Amino acid sequence: MFVTARPFSLLPHLPGGTPPDADAEAEADHPPLTDGGAAVAMVGKDCVAIACDLRLGLQALTVSNNFPKIFQYGDVFLGLTGLATDVATVSDLFRFKVNMYRLREERNIAPATFANLVSSSLYEKRFGPYFVSPVVAGLEPKTGKPFICGFDSIGCIDFAKDFIVSGTASEQLFGMCESLWEPDLGPEDLFETISQALLNAVDRDALSGWGAHVYIIEKDKVTKRLLKGRQD
Amino acid sequence: MPGFDFSNHSRNAALHARGVPLPKATSTGTTIVGCLYNAGKEDAGVVIAADTRATSGPIVADKNCEKLHYIAPQIWCAGAGTAADTEFTTAIISSNLELHSLSTGRKPRVVTCMTLLKQHLFKYQGHVGAYLVVAGVDPTGAHLFTVHAHGSTDKLPYVTMGSGSLAAMSVFETQWKPDLNKEQAMELCSQAIQAGIFNDLGSGSNVDLAVITKDKTTLHRGYLKPNERSQKLKNYKFQRGTTAVLNEKIIKKDEIGKYVSVEPLPAGTETMDVDP
Repeated sequence: MFVTARPFSLLPHLPGGTPPDADAEAEADHPPLTDGGAAVAMVGKDCVAIACDLRLGLQALTVSNNFPKIFQYGDVFLGLTGLATDVATVSDLFRFKVNMYRLREERNIAPATFANLVSSSLYEKRFGPYFVSPVVAGLEPKTGKPFICGFDSIGCIDFAKDFIVSGTASEQLFGMCESLWEPDLGPEDLFETISQALLNAVDRDALSGWGAHVYIIEKDKVTKRLLKGRQD
Repeated sequence: MPGFDFSNHSRNAALHARGVPLPKATSTGTTIVGCLYNAGKEDAGVVIAADTRATSGPIVADKNCEKLHYIAPQIWCAGAGTAADTEFTTAIISSNLELHSLSTGRKPRVVTCMTLLKQHLFKYQGHVGAYLVVAGVDPTGAHLFTVHAHGSTDKLPYVTMGSGSLAAMSVFETQWKPDLNKEQAMELCSQAIQAGIFNDLGSGSNVDLAVITKDKTTLHRGYLKPNERSQKLKNYKFQRGTTAVLNEKIIKKDEIGKYVSVEPLPAGTETMDVDP
């Protein structure tokens, strides 16, 4: 059924028609087709931070340097990396679901509730997943306790007490966060830590970078900063 | 209502054929074990234990995840395989078992749980990658089962599963004896998990352990922590102002009216209180 499908116009270098052994061909000759991108969330003292890069690309070709991957739903923040079409689809899907939740409940969604919404929405598509790895960050509304978590593409939640990474630079981010992060960082120090972790990680990833957005979320204030990053 | 949504499936197959790599699922390349004690006696019970490492390929995705899943107050599951599948399969069977228990007016039985699990997993022909150790105490006694993703089951006095199952089974096969008491069973299970933690690359971090008796279940989260990270001697704190900022926007809660037209309700006027 898919073998006869016309090649996507967005994938220019691929030959017309799909070769007989498409899987082996794809693995062997082409680098994985990825849009690139990275996101990270960190816990601080009475605050959380979430950050993403701004690149949108088609393999080596950068298409945009203004493609933010963090979305705000009331008091909850969602970072989405992966296939750009799914980043757009999934962010809109959750905007719809969170709006419906707010109309029903007449209140904002809590981060833990939103995490379970993300999880069950992704697992519903267990055998046809969205190609995204989401990151959630926020403060619990009643207690003000920091909350972050990450997911795989089929909705398994990773509750972390320190940091969550995702995207094509996730391995670099793991290394940066594991060494830079420490408990009980205040909002100013947390900003420096998450920014340096992200910036230095994406500099070692060809598919991510081109600037970054960083959100520092505190009890009664959200600070959004645009970072200066390498443009190569 | 029930079942999965396949709407992205053909798109994903086409994308995969064109070189988009399939996303990696978090798997629990795990060691999980279970052991009956005081079998056939009045105070019969069962112990299950698990490590706490979750992996994504060779990367340790979670250093302290929970692999002991609640089914019913006296029935618990240890899960290996695809992490999302163990999480959701146990959750849906827990839900169905609660409804069944409410409808029959009886305490749920371990065999019932095992049967629901195997029928669910067999239906999906192994594509739902949940490998489970099912343990519990019900009015008919203490029971221990394993359920494989394809739907096959076993009923044994001591069981192991996951990538560390061989390491763990070697401990059981050398140390296990009939008529273990509770303390001996707990020690044996924790030894078996430690064999997995230290000898299997897919397993690591801590030992979680649950003891189910006819009266109660005791969950020991972090029963053993043989791999605690030592305190850093120095830190990598950056001087404030290290990061170059091009633009900054601060939104304060009390100025939120500038951005949205909806006013938050004054405190204490909320009609519902449903958050935990």
